[in-house]
Amino acid sequence: MEHTPPPLFRTGPTPLARLMIFSMLSVVLLIADARFNYLTFLRQVTAVIVYPLQRLAAAPAAIGGHISDFFVTHSSLRNDNQRLSQQNLELARETQQTRALQLENTHLRGLLAAREKLAVPATAAEILYAARDPFARKVMIDQGLQRDIEAGRPVVDHVGVIGQVTRVYPWLSEVTLITDKGHLVPVMNVRTGLRAVLAGTGDDGKLELRFIPLAADFQNGDRLVTSGIDGVYPPGLPVAEVTNVERNTAYLFANITCKPVAGVNNHAQVLVLGPMPATPERPEETKEVTPQKKRKKS
Amino acid sequence: MSGPSMTPQELLLPVRPGFIFVTLVAALLANLLSWSGWMAWLVPDFVALLVLYWCIHEPRKIGFLAAWLLGLLMDIADGSLFGEHALAYIILAYAGMALHRRVQRFSMAPQILHVIPLLLFTDCVVLLVRALAGADFPGYAYFLGSFAGAALWPPLTHLLKLPQRPRPDPDRV
Repeated sequence: MEHTPPPLFRTGPTPLARLMIFSMLSVVLLIADARFNYLTFLRQVTAVIVYPLQRLAAAPAAIGGHISDFFVTHSSLRNDNQRLSQQNLELARETQQTRALQLENTHLRGLLAAREKLAVPATAAEILYAARDPFARKVMIDQGLQRDIEAGRPVVDHVGVIGQVTRVYPWLSEVTLITDKGHLVPVMNVRTGLRAVLAGTGDDGKLELRFIPLAADFQNGDRLVTSGIDGVYPPGLPVAEVTNVERNTAYLFANITCKPVAGVNNHAQVLVLGPMPATPERPEETKEVTPQKKRKKS
Repeated sequence: MSGPSMTPQELLLPVRPGFIFVTLVAALLANLLSWSGWMAWLVPDFVALLVLYWCIHEPRKIGFLAAWLLGLLMDIADGSLFGEHALAYIILAYAGMALHRRVQRFSMAPQILHVIPLLLFTDCVVLLVRALAGADFPGYAYFLGSFAGAALWPPLTHLLKLPQRPRPDPDRV
């Protein structure tokens, strides 16, 4: 079959015409995706096609992990065991304290008639791979629509926030890391209680606080936790630590860089937190009442 | 007619479409492997490299549709804009097809000199699309992958031509 002469007279549109057709198609897709977000269904279908490949590509790392797990030496296991039991004891003590504090807290909140903070449910997931997109900081995790994961869910590891779910596919989800350029987290300084907005820089391990007045009280080593006012991240999760504060009077705002506390670049297990309890709706803006005097003047 | 940079063309067996398909899937798989640190910048876009290779060596066997679909799959896997890689790959495929007679006649070193600008141009298309969508320039390390890809061109050519080399004739003494 391969030895038949090539169909010389039946070649279809010229390459240039094909280039034009497919370029137009791509541009239409690009605009539909970037401007209007029309392509969710098409994305889902394509995602199902790529899924086996994605799992297959993640296999070597997993197998490597299993092999290195198998060859753990006896002494390192014993060391680990000792360290973990010690940690366990410390954590147990802390848990007991927390429990007592929680009881006290609910009691006090009851007295104040304040709404109780709900514990949010969580889904465990594993990071499959980091997307090879140099323009963004994203990772893929191995839980998706099948576990009712939705876009906007916060993702944390055992230390702190690593990002939020931005796209959900049938068995996978895409997590935008807090280091992604354009990702914002509303935070609070634990030491002073000052609220601020923490922005990613697109640089691994570097975050910056935006629009902080020069006189604001921020120091190196300050710990920042989520403030919870955005309705995305529950309050009180550790996010970052201030590493450098630069105050230059030539600028309006202080230049504050931070580094994330969670292992943002590590491949590890993560938790996808459940939806936040709905925040109360914004009150409707009342129409400005123009004072009578002004009207008379004009 | 034959200058110093030209090589005599080999007689090769026709390539099987199944083989092209397998190599493209393998390239997609290689792209999905998770690289970290400096490797992530150095690793070339294997799919772009393979699309270019097949467009130059077998322009009748691979079409625009294949390049375009591969681009869409890459967009999903990367979580980038839908159509970004698709656009880049079809432009690359067109360039490969337009230049295939010329590139095939050259020996390895000048071939690499053809491959580098083509891969860089593909990078620029992606960069342009992302810039229009509001992303920042990611730094010059972004272009390293294209040079790494061009460096892989000779071993890749050798490897992919292996199944096409005719077997030694047992009757010949």
